[in-house]
Amino acid sequence: MPRPVNWAFAPTVKGPVLSKSTSQPTIGVLALQGDVREHHRMLGHCGAVPVTVRRPEELLAVDGLVIPGGESTTMVKLATAFDLLEPLRKRVADGMPTFGTCAGMIMLADRIRDGIEGQETIGGIDMTVRRNAFGRQVDSFEADVSLEGFHPGESSHPFHAVFIRAPWVEEVGPSCRVIARVASGEAAGRIVAVRQDHLLATAFHPELAGDVRVHDYFVELVKEA
Amino acid sequence: MTEHAQDQATTPAEQPTPAAHTTPVTGTGRVKRGMAEMLKGGVIMDVVTPEQAKIAEDAGAVAVMALERVPADIRVQGGVARMSDPDMIDGIINAVSIPVMAKARIGHFVEAQVLQAIGVDYIDESEVLTPADEAHHIDKWAFTVPFVCGATNLGEALRRLAEGAAMIRSKGEAGTGNVIEATRHMRQLRSEIRRLTTLGEEELFAAAKELRAPYDLVKEVAQAGKLPVVLFTAGGIATPADAAMMMQLGAEGVFVGSGIFKSGDPAKRAAAIVKATTFHDDPDVIAKVSRGLGEAMVGINVSELPESARLATRGW
Repeated sequence: MPRPVNWAFAPTVKGPVLSKSTSQPTIGVLALQGDVREHHRMLGHCGAVPVTVRRPEELLAVDGLVIPGGESTTMVKLATAFDLLEPLRKRVADGMPTFGTCAGMIMLADRIRDGIEGQETIGGIDMTVRRNAFGRQVDSFEADVSLEGFHPGESSHPFHAVFIRAPWVEEVGPSCRVIARVASGEAAGRIVAVRQDHLLATAFHPELAGDVRVHDYFVELVKEA
Repeated sequence: MTEHAQDQATTPAEQPTPAAHTTPVTGTGRVKRGMAEMLKGGVIMDVVTPEQAKIAEDAGAVAVMALERVPADIRVQGGVARMSDPDMIDGIINAVSIPVMAKARIGHFVEAQVLQAIGVDYIDESEVLTPADEAHHIDKWAFTVPFVCGATNLGEALRRLAEGAAMIRSKGEAGTGNVIEATRHMRQLRSEIRRLTTLGEEELFAAAKELRAPYDLVKEVAQAGKLPVVLFTAGGIATPADAAMMMQLGAEGVFVGSGIFKSGDPAKRAAAIVKATTFHDDPDVIAKVSRGLGEAMVGINVSELPESARLATRGW
């Protein structure tokens, strides 16, 4: 089998920055555990000021929040232990724009399946999310998805999505808009990105693929809030 | 399973395709390395039973490492240390929802094939087990499941990456409860990476020769100022302060082996190490979680270990 000749695995951030306004919102990345740095990088590229959030007072200082990929069980335990879970619920309920990827999607779900006993979430999006729905790490995959729900009616270029022990959405409530579904393979049709008002969630990791469109969409959402 | 590796060097920037490629592709470099990115800031705990795995998950571990005996016991009992019984690994996989890693012997590619078939989420090609090949590590490109490997210095880390490792951990000296070797290896790695960033382009060829590592990887590290994969620490971490020190020295996460289940109160110590890893730069938090943990594992002075008893010298 030929070995890869190009060692440059690190994604190159590309694509036009579509930000319409010049103001720079401060966007926190929940930094209890997970791929915090990758979100920082994307948010900075999209014209936001990224900061880390581990404490209640840091949460109060941000205009929006990203909940990164990682282990949802670890995040919720740390959020509980450091008195961050209730403040997170309050700010999300009060309208703070929040974007969750993978574990972050689980954290934003009102209902989860295959969680550990008594696993809590922040909640906010009227959906049921199944943890590790695609299987184990050997089933983790990359595939293009179509972000049809971003700007309904407009066509969009395929988005290269990276799924790592990813969840999927099993049911959505009436106010939750489906943004993307898996296009082919065994899991074709499964919902993997949603938006409900000020909340955005993807089962995949746009922070890993070097395409800024989802982060740019979220930064715009924060500016409009 | 072998056709995936070619796809991993392709970034969207190099391939601006208008047509969608919607067929799922598994085992790419990005999903292997990305899996390790998701573990960052977390603690991976050695467990030998489903009950211990549950305690680790409840304490906030991001993953568990399933093995037959913790390194401290391997030291005491001696003999050949091998991959665990698949039944035991299955028991642990069924007990928890977090990722399950397992160890294969250095060079033992069939143990790795078995672990992939069982469905473990990451394989540790580990010096803690008795090596099975004195010249070759496993060809890790040939697998869908990702690998983590130990390293004591930058050259060793880059050789493991050349063989397809998707995550690196500093080796330390496993089963000692003594952090000194972990400190040495993490300082060594970080210092060698810093040095590379100060070299001129023309000096990188000689650096690659000295490091006995592929030039392209050396150049990538020199440009990025970091490894192209996640760097964890391991081998001798026994207290919350140990974990926090390794994080401050530049580790992106922590493996704890014997330190938890060889201590007086594993559940409490495990939770404390998780908290200290997240708040590694906050002494008030580390002080708070360090109280009342009961006895730490006894520990061994590494300087008193004979060369033959040192695990970090295994692998090359």
